[in-house]
Amino acid sequence: MPKKYHIPINTANPRQHPVGKYATVEFREDCAGSCKKCVKKKCVFGIFKDNYHHMSTMGEPEYLYTCLSCFRCVQECTRGIFSRVINPEYRTLGDEYWRPDIINRLWYQAHTGKIPVSGAGYRGPFVAAGFDSMWTDMSEIVRPTRDGIHGREYINTCIELSRRISPLTFNDDMSLASEALPILEIPIPLMFQLPENLMINQQVVESAAKAAQGLGTLMIIRPEDYSDTLLLYARSLIPGLTCDNAMDYKGLILNSRVVELALGPDIENTIRRIRGIKSDIILMIRIPLDPDAASRALAVSALEVDTLHFYADEHGKELNTGHPRFLKEMIREIHIKLVNHFARQRINLVFSGGIAMAEHMAKSIICGADGVIVDIPLLIALECRLCYRCRKGLSCPAKIDSIIDPQWGSQRMINLIGAWHNQLIEVMGAMGIREARRLRGEVGRSMWFEDLEMESFGPIFGKRKIAGLK
Amino acid sequence: MKKNNVHFKFPKTAQVPDRFRNPIGKYTIRRNARCVSCGLCAELCPYGVHPRFDIYSKPLRPRDYKCIGFKCKENDYFCIDRCPEQALTLRLNPILETLGDYRWTAEMLIAHWEMAETGNLPVVDLEYNLGNSGGGFDKIRFKIPDQRDYLDLRDEEIDTSILLNKRGDGRSKLINGIPCYGGGMSYGSTALPVMVARARAAKLLNTLTCTGEGGYPLELLPYADHVITQIATGLFGVREETILFAPMVEFKYAQGAKPGLGGHLLGDKVTPEVAAMRETVAGNALFSPFPFHSVYSVEDHKKHVDWVKEINPGVLVSVKVSTPTDVDMVAVGSYYAGAHVVHLDGSYGGTGAAPDIAKKNIAMPIEYAIPKVHKFLQGEGVRDNICLIASGGIRNALDVAKAIALGADGAVIGTAELVALECVRCGHCESGRGCARGIASTDHELGHMITEDWATQRIVNMYMAWRKQWCEILRQFGLKSIKELVGRSDLLVHLDYLDEKERSKYQPAPQAELII
Repeated sequence: MPKKYHIPINTANPRQHPVGKYATVEFREDCAGSCKKCVKKKCVFGIFKDNYHHMSTMGEPEYLYTCLSCFRCVQECTRGIFSRVINPEYRTLGDEYWRPDIINRLWYQAHTGKIPVSGAGYRGPFVAAGFDSMWTDMSEIVRPTRDGIHGREYINTCIELSRRISPLTFNDDMSLASEALPILEIPIPLMFQLPENLMINQQVVESAAKAAQGLGTLMIIRPEDYSDTLLLYARSLIPGLTCDNAMDYKGLILNSRVVELALGPDIENTIRRIRGIKSDIILMIRIPLDPDAASRALAVSALEVDTLHFYADEHGKELNTGHPRFLKEMIREIHIKLVNHFARQRINLVFSGGIAMAEHMAKSIICGADGVIVDIPLLIALECRLCYRCRKGLSCPAKIDSIIDPQWGSQRMINLIGAWHNQLIEVMGAMGIREARRLRGEVGRSMWFEDLEMESFGPIFGKRKIAGLK
Repeated sequence: MKKNNVHFKFPKTAQVPDRFRNPIGKYTIRRNARCVSCGLCAELCPYGVHPRFDIYSKPLRPRDYKCIGFKCKENDYFCIDRCPEQALTLRLNPILETLGDYRWTAEMLIAHWEMAETGNLPVVDLEYNLGNSGGGFDKIRFKIPDQRDYLDLRDEEIDTSILLNKRGDGRSKLINGIPCYGGGMSYGSTALPVMVARARAAKLLNTLTCTGEGGYPLELLPYADHVITQIATGLFGVREETILFAPMVEFKYAQGAKPGLGGHLLGDKVTPEVAAMRETVAGNALFSPFPFHSVYSVEDHKKHVDWVKEINPGVLVSVKVSTPTDVDMVAVGSYYAGAHVVHLDGSYGGTGAAPDIAKKNIAMPIEYAIPKVHKFLQGEGVRDNICLIASGGIRNALDVAKAIALGADGAVIGTAELVALECVRCGHCESGRGCARGIASTDHELGHMITEDWATQRIVNMYMAWRKQWCEILRQFGLKSIKELVGRSDLLVHLDYLDEKERSKYQPAPQAELII
């Protein structure tokens, strides 16, 4: 068997206390003072160890970032002085899409590289909007080949970014008659792209580029963000060009394996010019995920391009419409349109915007994507809280605007993607699928809320009277 | 073998107080410095919120978890209004926002602690029948019953037993006194006193509990007639004698919390005792790899079933599977392979540590799987010959009843039993030394926080409280036995399938936004 894809995970400690969910409140006026049974000393997780030494000073209560919520201090204190609240700082993390729990779990993965694990069952809503209204399937007995009884399954997560080679044709002398197109594969079905309107500096860019190189994937980058230090990572970078400026960056085109070109009025000529500079370049076309996305996809698929990159807003919503659909539905529409017009096999589809968790990667592929592009999670790996202060020109509480060691930054991103990769493998293993490419559009390996309701509840309860999820 | 005791009597309930000094309740009562210790509040409160040892007693901290809250205002013993010094204040306990989640809300947890403490349904106004998940059981209601159907029967006259063997194959019918039995939680994942207490409670309730896949501690032998031996892929502790001990053997093909992923006991939890039980090395993580490497077809599965039946001629066989798209085919395959029980474990449940991505995303919720399998087995003409058991996200007595009405014969309960032992569902079962509350830990200190007597009675109490609810549902619909409820989905409504006028007759689904 070929060498396995391996992501080098190493613990990368946070630079500051992660914002925890809970804060312990102490009513110290009721404290006995020097109680020999003080619950702080007995904490199973030792979270008060920096605190109880100073009890005699009766200093101000402090937030406890590492509380694991066992309630023993609350329930065992001899004077009942403890209570708990949701840490008000935790409430301020992110927004309605990038919820605090998502951010907190992304920090954990960037720190440890481990899959988030917890006990006591699932604790979220039955069903919710977006990707949370579909489930992935599993098989009771089928499992991809395992190398050794306790080993990791051999699951290939590689995808192609190059055009598909149609069936080969041969000359009479058995020489190849068809054109041999260049092949470009990446070992994981995701690429990087730093969000444009959040705190980005040169060290953040370098961290991400270094991480992309370490992971064997690619990162889309604005040409103006190129610097000398990034030359080291040139083969892992995709310059994001437009029809207007493409010819200004001939050097970048020559040094890159892939170029992204924003869809514009002069796209065909620009493609020809870029191919004139480097004929075997992989071309990715950047297209807004709007109501015309599917028809544009079909039109562009007829051009000599390799991959289409559709970008939604940062919540995974359709652009330029008053009634935006979510990424999931948009991927299905575009994928099916290309399938119906026999174009899907020729071209690759990647999507960005709203990819927040590992499961989004798996579910996007099930819906019909080849891969996804990750943006905001890269900043969250660097401890971003999505407070959006940077958009107002204010300072960054996570100090992303100060010096960031690219080694540390890249390791955090590698850890995060390592955890995502492991989760993708878990989900694929459960489905009995051992090729990410075979998962593409494989909706038969998923279950959708509407279908399950109709199939299981329809015969019992009749017609559903409430549309949507609430 | 477990006796099919038709003269079985349910155990008595008894008060089993909280293990901790400060139980958590829905309300808090604070007594301020104006209190002169007149003792009026202690005299007034019928719920024992204001303890007082004698007339000279200093004021003690109120046992506010017993307080029935603001609804007490209409009573002439409402302590807040009657306190001559106005020294008492009543508030909704702010800690509630840090407790519970969408599925197990804070009120559902507190209510189950109260049931486990008293054996009765809560007197405090707690919503314990519905979670906040916004779907599935939380949107399904029993229809408003026709009052003419009401049966004026005492609880003792109502049958809540179920048959586990419907095959008529000459093996024991195995009757459970309640329509539930305990889910598999292994030695190593839970403390030994918890395992033993669950078995003792199963014996008292004339039901079963399951070893999980961690071996068969000899401490369970006195209750062997009520202990299922689980055979899972790691085969830990599976020996001829442990199959011979059991009235029922459970093949675990998959589990709802991590469908398709197998089990994983972290090295920290593999203490020398656990390692000895599982015949492995202390400190080394243990895997139960998925799937059975000897089963790739129904025929292979039949070989497993035959193997167990050959070893123990009296044993019943249960097959525990998860809920994939083709769960109906899996169920019928299990039947034809000779299983007596098909146990569907839905995706939202589970007690042990599992990857978050698996718990949330893999396989379908049990609410969908039950009717799907029930109808398919009916169509195949074999439904009356097999016992269909559901688990995975079945949290309370109403969920059990709804599952039965959807088509299950009974339910397997895991989390609720742990909640009865004061699990707060913090989810850190796997961290370091294990559960800080001594439930899911084999740590030399934490693993002994619970006594068997205490835990046994708490579990018995909870199920006896649940039984009251089942009896009331059956009475309302004119049914004398819970077996008559199986598949009676005509007695259910789903809020999303009712028009607005009809929907307004039913309790709306709770829809609080929670921070999880």
